[in-house]
Amino acid sequence: MLEIKNVSTSYGHVEALRGVSMAAHPGEIVSLIGANGAGKTTLLNTISGMTPARSGQILLNGVEITRLSPEKIVNLGVCQVPERRQVFATLSVRDNLTLGAYTRMRGRGEPPIKDRKTLHLDIETIYAMFPILKQREKQLAGTLSGGEQQMLAIGRSLMGRPKVLLLDEPSLGLAPLIVRDIFEIINCLREIDTIILLVEQNARAALRVADRGYVLETGRIVMAGPAADLAADPAIQQAYLGKQGR
Amino acid sequence: MKRLLIARLGSPNLIAFLIMALGLAAAPVFIDNNYIITVLTIIALFTMLTIGLSLLMGYAGQISLGQATFFGIGAYSMAIFSTRLGLSPWLSLLAGMILAGGVAYLLGMLIFRLHGHYLAMATLGMNIILYLILTQQVDWTGGPSGFRGVPDLSIGGMTLSTDTHYYYLIWFFALITIALSLNIVNSRVGRAMRALHSSEIAAETLGIDTGRFKLQVFALSAAYSALAGGLYASFLGFISPSSFTINASIKIVLMAVVGGLSSIWGATFGAAAILVIEQWLRTAIKSLVPGASGEQEIIAFGLILMLIMIFMPEGLVTGAGKALRARIARRKPERAQPAGG
Ligand SMILES: Nc1ncnc2c1ncn2[C@@H]1O[C@H](COP(=O)(O)OP(=O)(O)O)[C@@H](O)[C@H]1O
Ligand SMILES: [Mg+2]
Repeated sequence: MLEIKNVSTSYGHVEALRGVSMAAHPGEIVSLIGANGAGKTTLLNTISGMTPARSGQILLNGVEITRLSPEKIVNLGVCQVPERRQVFATLSVRDNLTLGAYTRMRGRGEPPIKDRKTLHLDIETIYAMFPILKQREKQLAGTLSGGEQQMLAIGRSLMGRPKVLLLDEPSLGLAPLIVRDIFEIINCLREIDTIILLVEQNARAALRVADRGYVLETGRIVMAGPAADLAADPAIQQAYLGKQGR
Repeated sequence: MKRLLIARLGSPNLIAFLIMALGLAAAPVFIDNNYIITVLTIIALFTMLTIGLSLLMGYAGQISLGQATFFGIGAYSMAIFSTRLGLSPWLSLLAGMILAGGVAYLLGMLIFRLHGHYLAMATLGMNIILYLILTQQVDWTGGPSGFRGVPDLSIGGMTLSTDTHYYYLIWFFALITIALSLNIVNSRVGRAMRALHSSEIAAETLGIDTGRFKLQVFALSAAYSALAGGLYASFLGFISPSSFTINASIKIVLMAVVGGLSSIWGATFGAAAILVIEQWLRTAIKSLVPGASGEQEIIAFGLILMLIMIFMPEGLVTGAGKALRARIARRKPERAQPAGG
Protein backbone atom coordinates (compact mmCIF):
# COMPACT_ATOMS: atom_id res chain seq x y z
CA MET A 1 0.00 0.00 0.00
CA LEU A 2 1.19 3.49 -0.89
CA GLU A 3 0.36 6.20 1.63
CA ILE A 4 1.00 9.87 1.18
CA LYS A 5 0.55 11.87 4.35
CA ASN A 6 0.33 15.63 4.39
CA VAL A 7 3.12 16.08 1.85
CA SER A 8 4.31 19.52 0.83
CA THR A 9 6.89 20.20 -1.87
CA SER A 10 8.28 23.48 -3.07
CA TYR A 11 10.58 24.81 -5.75
CA GLY A 12 12.48 27.52 -3.93
CA HIS A 13 9.74 29.73 -2.52
CA VAL A 14 7.04 28.41 -4.85
CA GLU A 15 4.92 25.86 -3.04
CA ALA A 16 3.77 23.27 -5.59
CA LEU A 17 2.16 20.76 -3.18
CA ARG A 18 0.38 21.88 -0.01
CA GLY A 19 -0.38 19.10 2.41
CA VAL A 20 -1.38 16.37 -0.03
CA SER A 21 -2.70 13.13 1.47
CA MET A 22 -3.81 10.08 -0.46
CA ALA A 23 -3.53 6.30 -0.56
CA ALA A 24 -3.52 3.52 -3.14
CA HIS A 25 -3.67 -0.29 -3.00
CA PRO A 26 -2.29 -3.09 -5.19
CA GLY A 27 -4.52 -4.05 -8.10
CA GLU A 28 -6.20 -0.68 -7.95
CA ILE A 29 -5.96 2.15 -10.45
CA VAL A 30 -6.04 5.55 -8.81
CA SER A 31 -6.37 8.60 -11.02
CA LEU A 32 -5.15 12.01 -10.10
CA ILE A 33 -6.72 14.66 -12.27
CA GLY A 34 -5.98 18.33 -12.42
CA ALA A 35 -5.32 21.21 -14.77
CA ASN A 36 -1.97 22.13 -16.23
CA GLY A 37 0.28 23.40 -13.43
CA ALA A 38 -1.82 21.89 -10.64
CA GLY A 39 1.19 19.95 -9.30
CA LYS A 40 0.55 16.47 -10.73
CA THR A 41 4.07 15.90 -12.04
CA THR A 42 5.49 17.35 -8.85
CA LEU A 43 3.54 14.79 -6.82
CA LEU A 44 4.90 11.89 -8.90
CA ASN A 45 8.43 13.30 -8.71
CA THR A 46 8.06 13.64 -4.97
CA ILE A 47 7.02 10.00 -4.65
CA SER A 48 9.92 8.85 -6.84
CA GLY A 49 12.37 11.01 -4.90
CA MET A 50 13.40 13.23 -7.80
CA THR A 51 11.90 16.31 -6.15
CA PRO A 52 12.04 15.47 -2.43
CA ALA A 53 9.21 16.53 -0.14
CA ARG A 54 9.77 19.49 2.15
CA SER A 55 7.49 18.01 4.78
CA GLY A 56 5.12 15.09 5.28
CA GLN A 57 5.56 11.36 4.86
CA ILE A 58 5.42 8.82 2.05
CA LEU A 59 5.10 5.16 3.06
CA LEU A 60 5.33 2.08 0.88
CA ASN A 61 3.90 -0.97 2.66
CA GLY A 62 4.50 0.79 5.93
CA VAL A 63 8.13 1.67 5.20
CA GLU A 64 8.98 5.33 4.97
CA ILE A 65 10.55 6.30 1.63
CA THR A 66 10.20 10.05 1.94
CA ARG A 67 13.83 11.00 2.06
CA LEU A 68 15.47 8.16 0.14
CA SER A 69 17.43 8.81 -3.06
CA PRO A 70 15.67 8.15 -6.40
CA GLU A 71 17.89 5.06 -6.89
CA LYS A 72 16.86 3.55 -3.56
CA ILE A 73 13.21 4.26 -4.28
CA VAL A 74 13.48 2.54 -7.67
CA ASN A 75 15.14 -0.40 -5.94
CA LEU A 76 12.05 -0.68 -3.75
CA GLY A 77 9.91 -1.07 -6.88
CA VAL A 78 8.60 2.41 -7.59
CA CYS A 79 8.73 2.91 -11.36
CA GLN A 80 7.80 6.13 -13.07
CA VAL A 81 6.74 6.58 -16.68
CA PRO A 82 7.77 10.18 -17.13
CA GLU A 83 5.76 12.93 -18.76
CA ARG A 84 6.23 13.09 -22.56
CA ARG A 85 7.42 9.47 -22.51
CA GLN A 86 11.15 10.26 -22.56
CA VAL A 87 12.17 7.12 -24.40
CA PHE A 88 15.89 6.89 -25.11
CA ALA A 89 15.58 8.09 -28.70
CA THR A 90 19.09 7.15 -29.79
CA LEU A 91 18.92 3.61 -28.39
CA SER A 92 17.17 0.60 -29.86
CA VAL A 93 13.78 -0.54 -28.58
CA ARG A 94 15.42 -3.57 -27.02
CA ASP A 95 18.08 -1.49 -25.28
CA ASN A 96 15.33 0.74 -23.91
CA LEU A 97 13.63 -2.29 -22.40
CA THR A 98 16.91 -3.66 -21.06
CA LEU A 99 17.54 -0.36 -19.29
CA GLY A 100 14.17 -0.70 -17.61
CA ALA A 101 15.66 -3.59 -15.66
CA TYR A 102 18.78 -1.59 -14.79
CA THR A 103 18.58 -1.92 -11.02
CA ARG A 104 17.47 -5.55 -11.20
CA MET A 105 20.54 -6.33 -13.31
CA ARG A 106 22.71 -4.86 -10.62
CA GLY A 107 21.34 -7.35 -8.13
CA ARG A 108 19.08 -4.81 -6.48
CA GLY A 109 15.36 -4.54 -6.96
CA GLU A 110 13.17 -7.60 -7.09
CA PRO A 111 13.62 -10.16 -8.47
CA PRO A 112 17.25 -9.66 -9.53
CA ILE A 113 18.30 -10.60 -13.07
CA LYS A 114 21.36 -12.81 -12.94
CA ASP A 115 21.73 -14.02 -16.51
CA ARG A 116 20.90 -13.18 -20.10
CA LYS A 117 18.18 -15.77 -20.23
CA THR A 118 16.08 -14.21 -17.46
CA LEU A 119 16.46 -10.84 -19.13
CA HIS A 120 15.45 -12.33 -22.46
CA LEU A 121 12.36 -13.95 -20.96
CA ASP A 122 11.33 -10.70 -19.29
CA ILE A 123 11.71 -8.82 -22.56
CA GLU A 124 9.64 -11.50 -24.32
CA THR A 125 6.90 -10.97 -21.71
CA ILE A 126 6.81 -7.29 -22.64
CA TYR A 127 6.75 -8.21 -26.34
CA ALA A 128 3.78 -10.47 -25.67
CA MET A 129 1.94 -7.48 -24.22
CA PHE A 130 3.06 -5.13 -27.00
CA PRO A 131 3.67 -7.19 -30.14
CA ILE A 132 4.42 -4.05 -32.15
CA LEU A 133 7.54 -3.52 -30.01
CA LYS A 134 8.89 -6.89 -31.05
CA GLN A 135 8.53 -5.92 -34.69
CA ARG A 136 10.41 -2.70 -33.95
CA GLU A 137 12.96 -4.38 -31.66
CA LYS A 138 16.10 -3.19 -33.48
CA GLN A 139 14.78 0.23 -34.47
CA LEU A 140 15.91 3.34 -32.65
CA ALA A 141 13.21 4.39 -30.19
CA GLY A 142 13.19 7.89 -31.67
CA THR A 143 11.80 6.52 -34.93
CA LEU A 144 8.66 5.08 -33.30
CA SER A 145 5.26 6.78 -33.50
CA GLY A 146 3.94 8.59 -30.43
CA GLY A 147 1.71 5.69 -29.42
CA GLU A 148 4.48 3.15 -29.87
CA GLN A 149 6.80 5.32 -27.80
CA GLN A 150 4.22 5.40 -25.03
CA MET A 151 3.95 1.61 -25.15
CA LEU A 152 7.73 1.43 -25.00
CA ALA A 153 7.85 3.79 -22.03
CA ILE A 154 5.27 1.67 -20.20
CA GLY A 155 7.02 -1.57 -21.20
CA ARG A 156 10.34 -0.16 -20.04
CA SER A 157 8.97 0.65 -16.61
CA LEU A 158 7.32 -2.79 -16.35
CA MET A 159 10.80 -4.29 -16.83
CA GLY A 160 11.51 -2.99 -13.33
CA ARG A 161 8.69 -5.24 -11.96
CA PRO A 162 7.02 -2.29 -10.26
CA LYS A 163 5.19 -2.51 -6.99
CA VAL A 164 4.08 1.03 -7.70
CA LEU A 165 3.63 2.30 -11.24
CA LEU A 166 3.49 6.05 -11.67
CA LEU A 167 2.06 7.12 -15.05
CA ASP A 168 2.47 10.78 -15.92
CA GLU A 169 -0.04 11.87 -18.58
CA PRO A 170 0.31 8.86 -20.85
CA SER A 171 -2.28 10.28 -23.28
CA LEU A 172 -0.48 13.59 -23.76
CA GLY A 173 -0.14 14.53 -27.41
CA LEU A 174 -1.58 11.30 -28.80
CA ALA A 175 -4.36 10.95 -31.38
CA PRO A 176 -7.77 10.01 -29.89
CA LEU A 177 -7.72 6.48 -31.31
CA ILE A 178 -4.28 5.84 -29.87
CA VAL A 179 -5.37 7.30 -26.53
CA ARG A 180 -8.08 4.65 -26.42
CA ASP A 181 -5.49 1.90 -26.99
CA ILE A 182 -3.25 3.26 -24.26
CA PHE A 183 -6.07 3.35 -21.72
CA GLU A 184 -7.02 -0.16 -22.76
CA ILE A 185 -3.46 -1.21 -21.93
CA ILE A 186 -3.57 0.59 -18.58
CA ASN A 187 -6.80 -1.22 -17.80
CA CYS A 188 -5.05 -4.54 -18.46
CA LEU A 189 -2.21 -3.60 -16.11
CA ARG A 190 -4.67 -4.10 -13.26
CA GLU A 191 -3.95 -7.81 -13.59
CA ILE A 192 -0.30 -7.55 -12.57
CA ASP A 193 -1.48 -6.56 -9.08
CA THR A 194 0.47 -3.36 -8.88
CA ILE A 195 -0.38 -0.03 -7.33
CA ILE A 196 -1.13 2.21 -10.30
CA LEU A 197 -1.20 5.93 -9.91
CA LEU A 198 -2.38 7.57 -13.11
CA VAL A 199 -1.96 11.30 -13.54
CA GLU A 200 -4.02 12.91 -16.29
CA GLN A 201 -5.39 16.12 -17.69
CA ASN A 202 -7.69 13.93 -19.77
CA ALA A 203 -10.12 13.53 -16.87
CA ARG A 204 -12.82 11.73 -18.81
CA ALA A 205 -10.62 8.82 -19.87
CA ALA A 206 -8.74 8.74 -16.57
CA LEU A 207 -11.89 8.48 -14.48
CA ARG A 208 -13.33 5.84 -16.78
CA VAL A 209 -10.38 3.50 -16.27
CA ALA A 210 -9.79 4.23 -12.59
CA ASP A 211 -11.32 2.75 -9.46
CA ARG A 212 -10.86 5.87 -7.40
CA GLY A 213 -9.83 9.40 -8.13
CA TYR A 214 -8.41 12.53 -6.57
CA VAL A 215 -8.68 16.05 -7.88
CA LEU A 216 -5.68 18.32 -7.48
CA GLU A 217 -5.98 22.11 -7.71
CA THR A 218 -3.00 24.40 -7.20
CA GLY A 219 -1.21 21.87 -5.03
CA ARG A 220 -4.21 20.85 -2.91
CA ILE A 221 -6.46 17.81 -3.06
CA VAL A 222 -9.92 19.35 -3.39
CA MET A 223 -11.98 16.22 -3.95
CA ALA A 224 -11.64 12.47 -3.63
CA GLY A 225 -13.83 9.43 -4.09
CA PRO A 226 -14.81 6.51 -6.31
CA ALA A 227 -14.06 7.34 -9.92
CA ALA A 228 -17.70 6.92 -11.00
CA ASP A 229 -18.88 9.37 -8.32
CA LEU A 230 -16.30 11.94 -9.38
CA ALA A 231 -17.27 11.55 -13.02
CA ALA A 232 -20.91 12.17 -12.06
CA ASP A 233 -20.15 15.19 -9.86
CA PRO A 234 -21.57 18.39 -11.40
CA ALA A 235 -18.62 20.53 -10.25
CA ILE A 236 -16.16 18.16 -11.89
CA GLN A 237 -18.24 17.87 -15.01
CA GLN A 238 -18.24 21.64 -15.22
CA ALA A 239 -14.51 22.06 -14.59
CA TYR A 240 -12.91 18.99 -16.15
CA LEU A 241 -15.35 17.12 -18.33
CA GLY A 242 -16.99 20.05 -20.10
CA LYS A 243 -16.30 20.19 -23.79
CA GLN A 244 -12.82 18.85 -23.26
CA GLY A 245 -12.30 16.21 -25.90
CA ARG A 246 -8.64 15.45 -25.55
CA MET B 1 42.99 -8.36 -18.19
CA LYS B 2 42.95 -9.72 -21.71
CA ARG B 3 39.39 -10.85 -21.25
CA LEU B 4 38.43 -7.45 -19.93
CA LEU B 5 39.96 -5.75 -22.93
CA ILE B 6 38.55 -7.87 -25.70
CA ALA B 7 35.53 -9.60 -24.22
CA ARG B 8 32.92 -7.12 -25.37
CA LEU B 9 34.56 -5.65 -28.42
CA GLY B 10 32.47 -7.68 -30.82
CA SER B 11 33.94 -9.00 -34.04
CA PRO B 12 33.86 -5.89 -36.32
CA ASN B 13 35.53 -3.82 -33.65
CA LEU B 14 37.98 -6.58 -32.87
CA ILE B 15 39.00 -6.94 -36.52
CA ALA B 16 39.34 -3.18 -36.96
CA PHE B 17 41.38 -3.07 -33.77
CA LEU B 18 43.75 -5.84 -34.88
CA ILE B 19 44.25 -4.30 -38.32
CA MET B 20 45.03 -0.96 -36.74
CA ALA B 21 47.46 -2.52 -34.26
CA LEU B 22 49.26 -4.49 -36.95
CA GLY B 23 49.43 -1.50 -39.27
CA LEU B 24 50.88 0.67 -36.54
CA ALA B 25 53.37 -2.01 -35.53
CA ALA B 26 54.58 -2.36 -39.10
CA ALA B 27 54.63 1.34 -39.98
CA PRO B 28 58.13 2.22 -38.68
CA VAL B 29 59.60 -0.56 -40.83
CA PHE B 30 58.41 1.23 -43.95
CA ILE B 31 58.63 4.82 -42.78
CA ASP B 32 62.22 5.91 -42.48
CA ASN B 33 61.38 9.45 -41.53
CA ASN B 34 61.60 10.78 -37.98
CA TYR B 35 59.26 13.65 -38.68
CA ILE B 36 56.44 11.36 -39.73
CA ILE B 37 57.06 9.03 -36.79
CA THR B 38 56.85 12.03 -34.46
CA VAL B 39 53.61 13.25 -36.04
CA LEU B 40 52.12 9.75 -35.69
CA THR B 41 53.18 9.72 -32.03
CA ILE B 42 51.50 13.07 -31.41
CA ILE B 43 48.36 11.68 -33.06
CA ALA B 44 48.44 8.82 -30.53
CA LEU B 45 48.67 11.31 -27.66
CA PHE B 46 45.77 13.36 -28.96
CA THR B 47 43.80 10.17 -29.57
CA MET B 48 43.92 9.51 -25.83
CA LEU B 49 42.94 13.09 -25.03
CA THR B 50 40.12 13.03 -27.56
CA ILE B 51 38.70 9.67 -26.50
CA GLY B 52 38.36 10.93 -22.94
CA LEU B 53 36.43 13.95 -24.13
CA SER B 54 34.34 11.90 -26.61
CA LEU B 55 33.21 9.69 -23.75
CA LEU B 56 32.33 12.74 -21.71
CA MET B 57 30.55 14.65 -24.48
CA GLY B 58 29.06 11.83 -26.49
CA TYR B 59 28.08 9.50 -23.70
CA ALA B 60 27.71 11.57 -20.56
CA GLY B 61 26.45 14.64 -22.45
CA GLN B 62 28.82 16.99 -20.66
CA ILE B 63 31.30 19.32 -22.28
CA SER B 64 34.70 20.11 -20.83
CA LEU B 65 36.57 23.13 -22.13
CA GLY B 66 39.55 22.32 -19.96
CA GLN B 67 40.88 18.91 -20.93
CA ALA B 68 44.34 20.45 -21.40
CA THR B 69 44.34 20.99 -17.63
CA PHE B 70 44.57 17.26 -17.04
CA PHE B 71 47.04 16.91 -19.90
CA GLY B 72 49.15 19.51 -18.09
CA ILE B 73 48.70 17.88 -14.67
CA GLY B 74 49.96 14.62 -16.18
CA ALA B 75 52.92 16.25 -17.88
CA TYR B 76 54.01 18.32 -14.89
CA SER B 77 53.45 15.43 -12.48
CA MET B 78 55.80 13.37 -14.61
CA ALA B 79 58.35 16.19 -14.59
CA ILE B 80 58.11 17.23 -10.96
CA PHE B 81 57.54 13.88 -9.23
CA SER B 82 60.36 12.16 -11.09
CA THR B 83 62.95 14.90 -10.64
CA ARG B 84 62.09 16.87 -7.48
CA LEU B 85 60.45 14.10 -5.47
CA GLY B 86 62.56 11.20 -6.66
CA LEU B 87 59.73 8.95 -7.78
CA SER B 88 60.41 6.56 -10.65
CA PRO B 89 59.07 7.82 -14.02
CA TRP B 90 56.44 5.05 -14.14
CA LEU B 91 55.20 5.90 -10.66
CA SER B 92 55.18 9.58 -11.61
CA LEU B 93 53.01 8.72 -14.61
CA LEU B 94 50.60 6.85 -12.36
CA ALA B 95 50.64 9.64 -9.77
CA GLY B 96 49.72 12.15 -12.46
CA MET B 97 46.76 10.03 -13.53
CA ILE B 98 45.54 9.67 -9.96
CA LEU B 99 46.01 13.37 -9.29
CA ALA B 100 44.13 14.38 -12.44
CA GLY B 101 41.37 11.85 -11.77
CA GLY B 102 41.10 13.16 -8.21
CA VAL B 103 40.88 16.79 -9.30
CA ALA B 104 38.17 15.87 -11.81
CA TYR B 105 36.29 13.88 -9.18
CA LEU B 106 36.29 16.74 -6.68
CA LEU B 107 35.30 19.31 -9.27
CA GLY B 108 32.61 16.99 -10.58
CA MET B 109 31.18 16.45 -7.10
CA LEU B 110 30.64 20.19 -6.81
CA ILE B 111 29.20 20.60 -10.28
CA PHE B 112 27.16 17.56 -11.24
CA ARG B 113 24.45 18.36 -8.71
CA LEU B 114 23.59 21.24 -10.99
CA HIS B 115 21.98 20.60 -14.34
CA GLY B 116 23.07 22.31 -17.52
CA HIS B 117 26.42 23.31 -18.88
CA TYR B 118 28.10 24.41 -15.69
CA LEU B 119 30.94 21.99 -16.32
CA ALA B 120 31.97 23.91 -19.43
CA MET B 121 32.37 27.11 -17.40
CA ALA B 122 34.07 25.42 -14.45
CA THR B 123 36.57 23.57 -16.61
CA LEU B 124 37.36 26.77 -18.48
CA GLY B 125 38.15 28.41 -15.15
CA MET B 126 40.16 25.40 -14.04
CA ASN B 127 42.31 25.64 -17.17
CA ILE B 128 43.05 29.30 -16.47
CA ILE B 129 43.98 28.48 -12.88
CA LEU B 130 46.37 25.76 -14.04
CA TYR B 131 47.99 28.18 -16.46
CA LEU B 132 48.50 30.72 -13.67
CA ILE B 133 50.03 28.09 -11.40
CA LEU B 134 52.35 26.82 -14.14
CA THR B 135 53.59 30.31 -14.97
CA GLN B 136 53.75 31.65 -11.40
CA GLN B 137 55.23 28.77 -9.39
CA VAL B 138 58.59 29.12 -11.07
CA ASP B 139 60.51 27.14 -8.44
CA TRP B 140 58.47 24.03 -9.10
CA THR B 141 57.39 24.36 -12.70
CA GLY B 142 60.13 26.39 -14.32
CA GLY B 143 57.60 29.14 -15.07
CA PRO B 144 56.81 30.43 -18.55
CA SER B 145 60.12 29.24 -19.98
CA GLY B 146 59.25 25.66 -19.19
CA PHE B 147 60.69 22.58 -17.53
CA ARG B 148 63.76 20.93 -18.94
CA GLY B 149 65.15 17.46 -18.34
CA VAL B 150 62.08 15.28 -17.89
CA PRO B 151 63.56 11.78 -17.56
CA ASP B 152 62.97 9.02 -20.09
CA LEU B 153 60.84 6.02 -19.28
CA SER B 154 62.47 2.61 -19.30
CA ILE B 155 61.19 -0.91 -19.74
CA GLY B 156 63.01 -3.83 -18.15
CA GLY B 157 66.31 -1.97 -17.88
CA MET B 158 66.10 -0.54 -21.39
CA THR B 159 65.78 3.23 -21.43
CA LEU B 160 63.48 4.49 -24.17
CA SER B 161 65.47 7.08 -26.04
CA THR B 162 64.60 7.15 -29.73
CA ASP B 163 61.48 8.54 -31.39
CA THR B 164 60.62 5.04 -32.58
CA HIS B 165 60.74 3.71 -29.01
CA TYR B 166 58.25 6.34 -27.94
CA TYR B 167 56.17 5.74 -31.03
CA TYR B 168 55.66 2.14 -29.95
CA LEU B 169 55.17 2.94 -26.27
CA ILE B 170 52.65 5.72 -26.81
CA TRP B 171 50.65 3.84 -29.45
CA PHE B 172 50.62 0.86 -27.12
CA PHE B 173 48.90 3.00 -24.49
CA ALA B 174 46.64 4.64 -27.07
CA LEU B 175 45.47 1.20 -28.24
CA ILE B 176 44.80 0.16 -24.65
CA THR B 177 42.79 3.33 -24.21
CA ILE B 178 40.82 2.54 -27.37
CA ALA B 179 40.17 -1.08 -26.33
CA LEU B 180 39.15 -0.11 -22.81
CA SER B 181 36.83 2.60 -24.07
CA LEU B 182 35.18 0.36 -26.68
CA ASN B 183 34.66 -2.14 -23.93
CA ILE B 184 33.07 0.40 -21.60
CA VAL B 185 30.84 1.77 -24.35
CA ASN B 186 29.57 -1.70 -25.23
CA SER B 187 28.89 -2.73 -21.65
CA ARG B 188 25.94 -2.19 -19.34
CA VAL B 189 27.66 0.96 -18.13
CA GLY B 190 27.93 2.23 -21.71
CA ARG B 191 24.26 1.60 -22.32
CA ALA B 192 23.43 3.51 -19.15
CA MET B 193 25.69 6.35 -20.28
CA ARG B 194 23.99 6.60 -23.66
CA ALA B 195 20.65 6.52 -21.87
CA LEU B 196 21.51 9.38 -19.60
CA HIS B 197 22.66 11.41 -22.58
CA SER B 198 19.38 10.64 -24.35
CA SER B 199 17.05 11.48 -21.46
CA GLU B 200 18.41 12.29 -18.07
CA ILE B 201 14.91 12.37 -16.54
CA ALA B 202 14.07 8.88 -17.80
CA ALA B 203 17.47 7.57 -16.74
CA GLU B 204 16.81 8.81 -13.22
CA THR B 205 13.35 7.27 -13.11
CA LEU B 206 15.01 3.90 -13.87
CA GLY B 207 17.37 4.22 -10.94
CA ILE B 208 20.46 5.17 -12.92
CA ASP B 209 22.58 7.38 -10.71
CA THR B 210 23.28 9.93 -13.42
CA GLY B 211 25.46 12.13 -11.24
CA ARG B 212 27.78 9.28 -10.33
CA PHE B 213 28.14 8.20 -13.96
CA LYS B 214 29.05 11.68 -15.11
CA LEU B 215 31.55 11.89 -12.29
CA GLN B 216 33.19 8.59 -13.20
CA VAL B 217 33.39 9.39 -16.90
CA PHE B 218 34.84 12.80 -16.12
CA ALA B 219 37.47 11.28 -13.81
CA LEU B 220 38.28 8.64 -16.44
CA SER B 221 38.68 11.29 -19.14
CA ALA B 222 41.00 13.18 -16.81
CA ALA B 223 43.10 10.06 -16.16
CA TYR B 224 43.38 9.38 -19.92
CA SER B 225 44.50 12.98 -20.44
CA ALA B 226 47.08 12.76 -17.67
CA LEU B 227 48.40 9.52 -19.14
CA ALA B 228 48.87 11.34 -22.44
CA GLY B 229 50.48 14.24 -20.57
CA GLY B 230 53.01 12.10 -18.71
CA LEU B 231 54.00 10.23 -21.87
CA TYR B 232 54.25 13.50 -23.76
CA ALA B 233 56.59 14.97 -21.13
CA SER B 234 58.91 11.97 -21.26
CA PHE B 235 58.79 11.85 -25.03
CA LEU B 236 59.81 15.49 -25.52
CA GLY B 237 61.92 15.81 -22.37
CA PHE B 238 60.82 19.44 -22.22
CA ILE B 239 57.43 20.96 -21.40
CA SER B 240 56.12 24.50 -21.11
CA PRO B 241 52.79 26.03 -20.03
CA SER B 242 51.92 27.05 -23.59
CA SER B 243 51.06 23.43 -24.45
CA PHE B 244 48.34 23.35 -21.79
CA THR B 245 46.33 26.48 -22.48
CA ILE B 246 42.66 26.90 -23.33
CA ASN B 247 43.72 26.88 -26.98
CA ALA B 248 44.87 23.29 -26.52
CA SER B 249 41.59 22.44 -24.78
CA ILE B 250 39.59 23.88 -27.65
CA LYS B 251 41.70 21.93 -30.09
CA ILE B 252 40.73 18.75 -28.23
CA VAL B 253 37.04 19.74 -28.37
CA LEU B 254 37.44 20.24 -32.10
CA MET B 255 39.06 16.83 -32.52
CA ALA B 256 36.22 15.18 -30.63
CA VAL B 257 33.63 17.02 -32.70
CA VAL B 258 35.31 16.24 -36.01
CA GLY B 259 35.70 12.62 -34.93
CA GLY B 260 32.04 12.24 -34.04
CA LEU B 261 31.07 12.65 -30.44
CA SER B 262 30.11 9.13 -29.67
CA SER B 263 32.67 7.38 -31.79
CA ILE B 264 35.76 5.88 -30.24
CA TRP B 265 37.30 5.24 -33.64
CA GLY B 266 36.43 8.75 -34.74
CA ALA B 267 38.71 10.13 -32.02
CA THR B 268 41.84 8.95 -33.84
CA PHE B 269 40.53 10.34 -37.09
CA GLY B 270 39.62 13.67 -35.48
CA ALA B 271 43.03 13.97 -33.83
CA ALA B 272 44.84 13.19 -37.07
CA ALA B 273 42.67 15.51 -39.18
CA ILE B 274 43.04 18.50 -36.89
CA LEU B 275 46.81 18.03 -36.45
CA VAL B 276 47.29 17.90 -40.21
CA ILE B 277 45.03 20.90 -40.81
CA GLU B 278 46.88 22.76 -38.08
CA GLN B 279 50.25 22.21 -39.72
CA TRP B 280 48.85 23.31 -43.03
CA LEU B 281 47.12 26.40 -41.59
CA ARG B 282 50.29 27.55 -39.84
CA THR B 283 52.15 27.85 -43.11
CA ALA B 284 49.14 29.01 -45.09
CA ILE B 285 48.25 31.81 -42.69
CA LYS B 286 51.85 33.00 -42.54
CA SER B 287 52.07 33.29 -46.29
CA LEU B 288 48.64 34.93 -46.56
CA VAL B 289 49.05 37.40 -43.67
CA PRO B 290 52.75 38.30 -43.44
CA GLY B 291 52.60 39.71 -39.90
CA ALA B 292 50.65 36.73 -38.44
CA SER B 293 52.18 35.07 -35.42
CA GLY B 294 51.26 31.56 -36.53
CA GLU B 295 48.82 31.15 -33.64
CA GLN B 296 45.93 32.50 -35.65
CA GLU B 297 44.86 29.01 -36.66
CA ILE B 298 42.65 29.09 -33.59
CA ILE B 299 40.40 31.52 -35.47
CA ALA B 300 40.10 29.10 -38.36
CA PHE B 301 39.43 26.30 -35.88
CA GLY B 302 36.66 28.37 -34.33
CA LEU B 303 35.05 28.71 -37.73
CA ILE B 304 35.34 24.99 -38.46
CA LEU B 305 33.81 24.20 -35.09
CA MET B 306 30.87 26.52 -35.72
CA LEU B 307 30.21 25.08 -39.15
CA ILE B 308 30.27 21.48 -37.92
CA MET B 309 28.03 22.28 -34.97
CA ILE B 310 25.50 23.93 -37.27
CA PHE B 311 25.47 21.35 -40.05
CA MET B 312 26.53 18.13 -38.33
CA PRO B 313 25.91 18.44 -34.61
CA GLU B 314 26.74 14.76 -34.05
CA GLY B 315 30.24 15.33 -35.35
CA LEU B 316 31.78 14.98 -38.75
CA VAL B 317 32.38 11.24 -38.87
CA THR B 318 28.99 10.24 -37.41
CA GLY B 319 27.18 12.91 -39.42
CA ALA B 320 28.90 12.03 -42.70
CA GLY B 321 28.26 8.33 -42.08
CA LYS B 322 24.56 9.03 -41.59
CA ALA B 323 24.34 11.21 -44.68
CA LEU B 324 26.03 8.49 -46.71
CA ARG B 325 23.72 5.78 -45.43
CA ALA B 326 20.67 7.96 -46.13
CA ARG B 327 21.93 8.46 -49.66
CA ILE B 328 22.44 4.74 -50.23
CA ALA B 329 18.99 4.05 -48.83
CA ARG B 330 17.52 6.59 -51.23
CA ARG B 331 19.30 5.06 -54.19
CA LYS B 332 18.30 1.47 -53.45
CA PRO B 333 14.67 1.64 -54.64
CA GLU B 334 15.83 3.16 -57.95
CA ARG B 335 18.11 0.25 -58.51
CA ALA B 336 15.47 -2.23 -57.42
CA GLN B 337 12.97 -1.00 -60.00
CA PRO B 338 14.52 -2.35 -63.21
CA ALA B 339 15.21 -5.64 -61.49
CA GLY B 340 11.60 -5.94 -60.33
CA GLY B 341 9.99 -4.85 -63.61
N1 LIG C 1 11.49 22.84 -11.80
C1 LIG C 1 10.58 23.75 -11.38
N2 LIG C 1 10.99 24.91 -10.83
C2 LIG C 1 10.09 25.82 -10.40
N3 LIG C 1 8.78 25.67 -10.45
C3 LIG C 1 8.30 24.52 -10.98
C4 LIG C 1 9.18 23.51 -11.47
N4 LIG C 1 8.44 22.49 -11.94
C5 LIG C 1 7.15 22.85 -11.75
N5 LIG C 1 7.06 24.08 -11.18
C6 LIG C 1 5.82 24.77 -10.79
O1 LIG C 1 5.10 23.93 -9.92
C7 LIG C 1 3.73 23.95 -10.23
C8 LIG C 1 3.25 22.54 -10.54
O2 LIG C 1 3.87 22.06 -11.71
P1 LIG C 1 3.67 20.58 -12.26
O3 LIG C 1 3.82 19.65 -11.12
O4 LIG C 1 4.56 20.39 -13.40
O5 LIG C 1 2.17 20.63 -12.73
P2 LIG C 1 1.36 19.61 -13.65
O6 LIG C 1 2.17 18.38 -13.83
O7 LIG C 1 0.10 19.38 -12.90
O8 LIG C 1 1.09 20.33 -14.93
C9 LIG C 1 3.57 24.89 -11.41
O9 LIG C 1 3.17 26.14 -10.91
C10 LIG C 1 4.92 24.98 -11.99
O10 LIG C 1 5.15 26.24 -12.58
MG1 LIG D 1 2.82 17.54 -15.53
